[in-house]
Amino acid sequence: MLNRQGRATQPAAVPVTGPGADATFAGDAGSILGHRGLDHEERLIFEMGEEGRSGVDLPEPPKVESRLGGLARQGRIGLPGLAEPQVVRHFVRLSRRNYAIDLGLYPLGSCTMKHNPRLNEKMARLPGLGDVHPLQPQSTVQGALELIERLAGWIMTLTGMPAVAMSPAAGAHGELCGLMAIHAAHVAKGDARKRVLVPESAHGTNPATAALCGYTVDPIPATADGRIDLEAFRAKLGPDVAAVMLTNPNTCGLFERDVIAVAEGIHSVGGYFYCDGANFNAIVGRVRPGDLGIDAMHLNLHKTFSTPHGGGGPGSGPVVFSDALKDFAPLPFVRREGDAFRLVEDPREAPKSFGRMKGFHGQMGMFIRALAYMMSHGGDGLRQVAEDAVLAANYVMASLKDVMTPSFDGPCMHEALFDDRFLKDTGVTTLDFAKAMIDQGFHPMTMYFPLVVHGALLIEPTETESKDSIDGFVAVLRGLAEQAIACRGGQGDPAAFTEAPRLAPRRRLDETRAARTPVLRWKQPA
Amino acid sequence: MRYLPLTADDRAAMLGVIGAASVDDLFADVPVPARLPGPLDLPAHQGEWEVEKAFRALAAKSLSPGEVPSFLGAGAYRHHIPASVDHLIQRSEFLTSYTPYQPEIAQGTLQHLFEFQTQVAMLTGMEVANASMYDGATACAEAVLMAKRQTRRPRAILSGGLHPHYRDCTRTMAGFVDHGVETLPLDLDGTEDLVAQLGKDVACVVVQYPDVLGRVRDLTALAEAVHAAGALLIVAVTEIVSLGALQPPGAMGADIVVAEGQSLGVPLSFGGPYVGLFATREKFLRQMPGRLCGETVDADGRRGYVLTLSAREQHIRREKATSNICTNAGLCALAFSIHLSLLGEAGYVRLAQINHGKAVQAADRLAAIPGVSLVNQGFFNEFTLKLPKDATLVVEALAKKRILAGVPGARLWPEDPQAANLLLVAVTELNDDGDVDALVAALAAEVK
Ligand SMILES: Cc1ncc(COP(=O)(O)O)c(C=O)c1O
Repeated sequence: MLNRQGRATQPAAVPVTGPGADATFAGDAGSILGHRGLDHEERLIFEMGEEGRSGVDLPEPPKVESRLGGLARQGRIGLPGLAEPQVVRHFVRLSRRNYAIDLGLYPLGSCTMKHNPRLNEKMARLPGLGDVHPLQPQSTVQGALELIERLAGWIMTLTGMPAVAMSPAAGAHGELCGLMAIHAAHVAKGDARKRVLVPESAHGTNPATAALCGYTVDPIPATADGRIDLEAFRAKLGPDVAAVMLTNPNTCGLFERDVIAVAEGIHSVGGYFYCDGANFNAIVGRVRPGDLGIDAMHLNLHKTFSTPHGGGGPGSGPVVFSDALKDFAPLPFVRREGDAFRLVEDPREAPKSFGRMKGFHGQMGMFIRALAYMMSHGGDGLRQVAEDAVLAANYVMASLKDVMTPSFDGPCMHEALFDDRFLKDTGVTTLDFAKAMIDQGFHPMTMYFPLVVHGALLIEPTETESKDSIDGFVAVLRGLAEQAIACRGGQGDPAAFTEAPRLAPRRRLDETRAARTPVLRWKQPA
Repeated sequence: MRYLPLTADDRAAMLGVIGAASVDDLFADVPVPARLPGPLDLPAHQGEWEVEKAFRALAAKSLSPGEVPSFLGAGAYRHHIPASVDHLIQRSEFLTSYTPYQPEIAQGTLQHLFEFQTQVAMLTGMEVANASMYDGATACAEAVLMAKRQTRRPRAILSGGLHPHYRDCTRTMAGFVDHGVETLPLDLDGTEDLVAQLGKDVACVVVQYPDVLGRVRDLTALAEAVHAAGALLIVAVTEIVSLGALQPPGAMGADIVVAEGQSLGVPLSFGGPYVGLFATREKFLRQMPGRLCGETVDADGRRGYVLTLSAREQHIRREKATSNICTNAGLCALAFSIHLSLLGEAGYVRLAQINHGKAVQAADRLAAIPGVSLVNQGFFNEFTLKLPKDATLVVEALAKKRILAGVPGARLWPEDPQAANLLLVAVTELNDDGDVDALVAALAAEVK
């Protein structure tokens, strides 16, 4: 139906034209990305505004004689001037060009994109927590210190470990914390070692961290069933091995069955067991890493404990330690003294500590959110988190295994790993497949990681998806897999993949050009 | 449990599809002795208001800088954050998205990062900036590591005017490469001679601007000497508002500028999360740590943004990466950009002038208290006082009177006796005359 102005009165009558017009829609309601009339192009903020205008009203500066030592700024900085409504509109428009967990399932494996409760945001902003200064007298921030101590208690109970360092800012920073403690422990024994064993399936931060600490990285291959090759591991053990860095559950989404043997092996040569705990979501409340013989492990509070990823951070990466390493943990830390809480900052009070690795005391804003998350779930709810996360991943695996190719048999943990065998001879790659998901309204899974399988597609649905939501996702993936398989032998419509996405705010971007001739900032046109 | 949508029926149906009798079957790979039979000894789940009550009780124990006269600084500053900043960063599409790995559906984050990089480069007077580091202190450590790679020289010299947290982070994080770092002691009388430290094996010299005591110093001559020796000058800025009033480090010859961006858009939050700024010259691009966002075009020729030059990063280069950083400070960088966009050039410059003007007024009044003297005559919004008695005790006593007087030297240099009587005082636009009156009166009474 068209109205008197010739405009459509119902969605079905809207003529769909332009790129992507012939793409498959998610269902009767059309694509989730169908509202293209509201999709605003937005210029760079530097291409707007006028000199002199400001979105903040500020009083006249006091009239004083400058004490800037003759170093007063000369010349313009180049920032544009905009009023508040213009700035608000700019950033709201930008926001609408992003996918988000609040919009739909976000199946990025290894990233644990779960729901971010807003209660946690509210708590992080409470006066008395969100607005306290890191260096005010400790007597005036007892509640903040108690909060850190309380969160540390939850973490130690959940992991079964006797100590935790709270200051690392993210997972990779936690890895660094763990390896620096290991390094310090070896040095204390007069036995600085050279090598760190890292499975080939490990996240890139693991070898990068080991190298930062001056270690040589010695890779360990994976077995045909996606786990650490115990024989190869044992063969590499020796008196110069400082540590092994094992991710468990690993990046293939599998529990390392031989984890206890790995612990025994590394300890038998006097090395330490670093566990990458990025995937703790799969086992929280069901398995304590402390029962597996590990010496150090980071937790990503921005994964398992739901602090928002914020488009790339901030995170928080507390590290739990065994008795063997705890004295080497970084400064500062909170100590309970009777009813009071004290932040230990002075190196003289912790002579074995490897020192400080972060300005101030850690990611307090993330601690607040993570503790609110833990208290909301309770011990009972956290165990359910792991169970539902593992159940959801296995359900995805079972629902897709006849059309896509799972890399390994048997149950997985919190993520389902597929490889690109099902795309063989279709002319469609893992990348194309992922991009086609975008046209169906979904964020792609993690692609090409881990490196131990070909063309990896790693799906982590998390426990915060309803069955309906997972079923919708599965239906789309099944449809795409069938459509891709139909391209075998030069048949079908490979362009639906190779040309995808067509409905997103941008089509595929030229990454080669971006890297060859880097344009990393706006410049005033000449 | 309000965050878990699966019902018992859903779970049963899903197990049926999987072909498992119970969820325990899915954990079959866990060694038997490590399987926990039931929930751990932790409190049971709680509703919103119960959780909120617990947090409010903790919060109530604090003395909030927002409620009393506060002059705390030393690397973290209380500034006004416009209401729209916090609203915008809580937009679901910003708050609940991941690192922009799929650029077609992350143009919002990516365009912001491009704008952020531009803003940071502009403020610091440098050519390029990255998409953020964890904080100023860790950015400083990364800068030293970068300078060592770039120059292939072993030694790094840290000025005694560098914030001790920056000094210590750099010492730990850059401590494994070559000779680690060499640190100079706190230099109260301003006689530190960095040029004398230079030599053929020096990779970089690190100074803070304004320095940790608040002093502002022209770095041009130092930069020339450092360059003549074949080394790089790294400049750390802990109060980014200062660059609205001061010459940017880039104009004085800095090779790498690292900064703490907290002052714009990011609440104090007891020390984190904050946002590390990292800027340098284009010729050093390939040695930069962290993510970089670059401009390009899409298949239809439309302008767009992607993460680029990732051949420097851990996910591609693994042990050969320039840094191990992955997650950075994205949302804090967004808050920074929004706040700076709201201020604009005129607002940013005026904000800096207000800070400086108020600090000058406060410094004169405080220095007029008998027995109290000003350590540094030149400063931006933070200066150091020398008190006639132990500054920690004074700060504690004033806190009891509900005044947060500043940061005592012993908090930063616990082992250095010459710091015991120092008090670092920061004054921002949020300090009104009443605050200064209260501080002057209380301090005068305390040191009498
Ligand atoms: C397995 C694994 N290890 C380590 C990391 C690094 O964590 P972050 O990004 O918090 O530094 C990640 C996440 O990116 C990961 O998936």
